[in-house]
Amino acid sequence: MITTSWPRSPDYWLLWLLRLAGGAVALVLGGIVLVLVAQSLPFLVRHGATLWQGQWQPAQEQYGMASMVAGSLVVSVLALAIAAPVSVLLAAWLRYFMPALRRPVLVVVELMAGIPSVVYGLWGMLMVVPLINQWVPPGASWLAGSLVLALMILPLALLVTDTALEQLPGHYVRSAQALALSRVGMLRRVLLPQALPAIVSGLVLQFGRAMGETMAVLMVSGNVVQWPTSVFDPLRTLTANIALEMAYATGDHRLSLFVSGLLLLLVTLVLLLLSWRLRRGGYGLA
Amino acid sequence: MILPLRLGAVLGAVILAVGGCVGPADKIVITGSSTIAPLMADLAERYEAETGVQVDVQSGGSGRGIQDVRQGLADLGMVSRALKPDESDLTAHVLGRDGVAMIVNTANPISALSDWQIIAIYSGKIDDWAEVGGDAGAITVVHKANGRSTQELFLDYFGLSNDQVRADMVIGENQQGIKAVAGDTKAIGYVSIGTAIYEAESGSPLRLLPLEGIPATLEEVARGRYPLSRELNLVSQGNLSSTVQAFLDFVTDPSMAEVYHDYYFVASKP
Repeated sequence: MITTSWPRSPDYWLLWLLRLAGGAVALVLGGIVLVLVAQSLPFLVRHGATLWQGQWQPAQEQYGMASMVAGSLVVSVLALAIAAPVSVLLAAWLRYFMPALRRPVLVVVELMAGIPSVVYGLWGMLMVVPLINQWVPPGASWLAGSLVLALMILPLALLVTDTALEQLPGHYVRSAQALALSRVGMLRRVLLPQALPAIVSGLVLQFGRAMGETMAVLMVSGNVVQWPTSVFDPLRTLTANIALEMAYATGDHRLSLFVSGLLLLLVTLVLLLLSWRLRRGGYGLA
Repeated sequence: MILPLRLGAVLGAVILAVGGCVGPADKIVITGSSTIAPLMADLAERYEAETGVQVDVQSGGSGRGIQDVRQGLADLGMVSRALKPDESDLTAHVLGRDGVAMIVNTANPISALSDWQIIAIYSGKIDDWAEVGGDAGAITVVHKANGRSTQELFLDYFGLSNDQVRADMVIGENQQGIKAVAGDTKAIGYVSIGTAIYEAESGSPLRLLPLEGIPATLEEVARGRYPLSRELNLVSQGNLSSTVQAFLDFVTDPSMAEVYHDYYFVASKP
């Protein structure tokens, strides 16, 4: 008996299409890592030791990037510290206290999520920076960068939190109400803890986005290479460093910017692993 | 007998046409300095309209211009400075000159600073406007990022090294510097003179400071008196093809001086 191999079922083709798509994603990611590592290696061999000490003076072969790694981290941490409570509280409030407002607010927030980052940067440059400048000069600073980033990650953080709350089983609310829990008590003791793993993973994604953001941060945070000691001081992130200097860099200076990219990738990877651990270890209920 | 003859004629015509396309009607690729790119794009458009030769202009900094020419990715590189000793493998074709202007906000009463005052401000020895005769207030020092030719020219002229500079803000494009100084009454910065004049004339609250008593104007740059100015070059490697040579002749023709002026540059052959 001959099994027919032609024509195949649609499922067969779909399966291969999906495999191809999955493979392409892995291939592209692998390619990016490979290029970064290949470009960075010769540089790391020559100047690897200077990465963690010394200044950023490429013209004098000093490639200290530690302060920029710190800059990338702290600007995103502060942004998340601003955006996370606001988005979680706002999502909970809209869903359980002011449901009439929820739809219109979510529509506005979805629109906000679609605004290009350069526009946020321009707004930050023309509004936020002069405001901070009136208060504590020079204005272009860690704080300005974090405020603009917070505004940029707020929409998706809010939407993710809203979805996380929506997916909680309806009987939680009904049981809590049957136990005569107040709305605040219900939120604090039942709903938020249950939704926390989903909320946290959403926030981690937004943190990664903040770390990778380039243009808006470049426009408002001053870009001076120094250790961030005050929120009013300017700082430079790894991404801003690449964008500022790539077009004009040659030789080892250019290679050092690939190292900037590699460092950024590593930092993001470490954070992701950390958050996985946190979620698995912390709240087993998920 | 007639048919093969005809066929041969058609074939011959096709071969000629194809050959013609690959030959003189070649495409010219130009990359490099973002200072020169707008001017070059304008000149390229005029050249295309006149000759039909396609000219592709991309900006990405003087460094990229040099790199692309060396790697054969571009026929010509736009470089907004003189070539360095380690770039002697390239040939520079001077287009004209551009200056770098020191700028402050118009709300700042300062109308001139001496060279040593500027050096002191940029190296952090003076950090309040009161010390140079202005209204009291911390100076916001706006500096350019590494590798930009504006920055190199600035550091060179004032005899500063980059690690001596105590900046409050580091910027990339000229426009970012304009916005920074226009939005901060206590700021001082430096950008391409053409950009500064254009923005000041179109209403940005900027003042261009004179250097060594010479006002920052295009006339003074043209006369060669304004000290903080630089060459604008097209660079090439090896022998020029006739296509590229024709384009070079076109853009350096004295009749193009007016186009240079539109972009606040000074043509070398006015």
